Amino acid sequence: MAWQVKTIAQRTGELLPGSPWTAALYVLLTILAVTAFVTVAGLVLIYAERKIAAHFQCRVGPMRVGWHGVLQSIADAIKLLMKEDVVPRDADALLHILAPVLSFAGMLLVMIALPMSPSLQVADMNIGVLYVTAVSGLGVLGILLGGWSSNNKWSLLGAMRAGAQIISYEVSATLALLVVVVFAGTLQLSGIIQSQDTGWWIWRAHGCGLVAFAIFMIAGTAEINRTPFDLAEGESELTAGFHTEYSGLRFSFFFLSEFLNMFVLAAMASTLFFGGWMPLHVGPSGVGGHFAAFNGVMDLLPPGLWFTLKTTAIIFLLMWFRWTFPRLRVDQLMRLEWKILLPIGFVNLFVSAACVVTGFYFFAR
Amino acid sequence: MDFFYVLIFLGFSAVMVLGGLGLSRLVAPHHPGGAKNDAYECGEKTIGTSWIQFNVGFYLFGLMFLVFDVEAAFLYPWAVVLREFGTTGLIEAGVFGAMLMVGLLYAWRKGALEWV
Repeated sequence: MAWQVKTIAQRTGELLPGSPWTAALYVLLTILAVTAFVTVAGLVLIYAERKIAAHFQCRVGPMRVGWHGVLQSIADAIKLLMKEDVVPRDADALLHILAPVLSFAGMLLVMIALPMSPSLQVADMNIGVLYVTAVSGLGVLGILLGGWSSNNKWSLLGAMRAGAQIISYEVSATLALLVVVVFAGTLQLSGIIQSQDTGWWIWRAHGCGLVAFAIFMIAGTAEINRTPFDLAEGESELTAGFHTEYSGLRFSFFFLSEFLNMFVLAAMASTLFFGGWMPLHVGPSGVGGHFAAFNGVMDLLPPGLWFTLKTTAIIFLLMWFRWTFPRLRVDQLMRLEWKILLPIGFVNLFVSAACVVTGFYFFAR
Repeated sequence: MDFFYVLIFLGFSAVMVLGGLGLSRLVAPHHPGGAKNDAYECGEKTIGTSWIQFNVGFYLFGLMFLVFDVEAAFLYPWAVVLREFGTTGLIEAGVFGAMLMVGLLYAWRKGALEWV
């Protein structure tokens, strides 16, 4: 079964020559849809985190606002909107306001490249993987600027730690991404998904996919500053780290991009290693495939649902991490990256390159 | 059209954040001044500014990152066309990677990877 990928950018391009105003309206609708998605996904993720955390600790979590507290996030958002926006006297006012913008832009720009289903993807660059690693780097700038411009020692310490941590783990994450690029032979995200038509890379590449997935998840958790790598905030040692001096809605934009980065990481992991919207296939689907009937059954679920299920499962895994592992110390963090993950990632990349050259993986072309 | 959307959303993210802050300014109280605008240090008076010289360790890790990130930038095109290059491509990238590993070992032995 051939999958026809059509992005929103392509549709806009088709509308443009005929009627520019319709195309402009289409762009406006896309912006509205993405805004709605970002807001709702953020609220749902925050509610899910609180509820899951509560149940891990044998509590019930938010219960008062709405049925089982489902409206709690909305109440919190309104509260944050009504809070006073305090900027410290000695802060650099311009950079202080620029920091959440950069942090938010880094998240939003990755969001538009995520393939959610064959027909639901805003932009599909031919250099997708490179684009995602490049623009997600804007988030580091936001954190560094936020910490530095606050003119507060806690903020500065948190920001410098975050900077060192994120750029270090970026290297391992890139090496893990490259494993999938080597197997798929393309940087385009929809192309990577289509290359998993005969099976997901996590199991088709023998051990390489699994090792790369483990490295990607560890490095990704460090890049989005989640426990056990939340040294940038480290509330028991640095008050709140880089956003100590942020309040009201300014803080909530940092908070929102932090939570949506979790979604972005989970979506990228499912796209690269679990086939994104691709259903679970074993071997070719056409005539002559041994598992063609099995593939047919798997195709009954729509691609969008597959993407949602995989991403949700990985988000749950990230939340599970948080309540399982204690926070690392800075020297342990650096040792884990440079002395353990980086050499393993390097060896893994060249082993997978050898697998590709010799055709030693399941259902090689 | 792909990068047209990138440009649009780059601008839109600024509009969304600044618009949200503007809305908040309209509905939220705004009374700056006094101790509220001091830098927060758990109730202590701050001593001096925070814009000071910083641990050189961060600079070392910055350099290491630069080396390996540029290496990754070289490996991206290699990874895409590896099938066409075959064994030759594998060996050449292997030599390149081995040289970088020697560099990593050097930094390791010199203690540049230790956090102090």
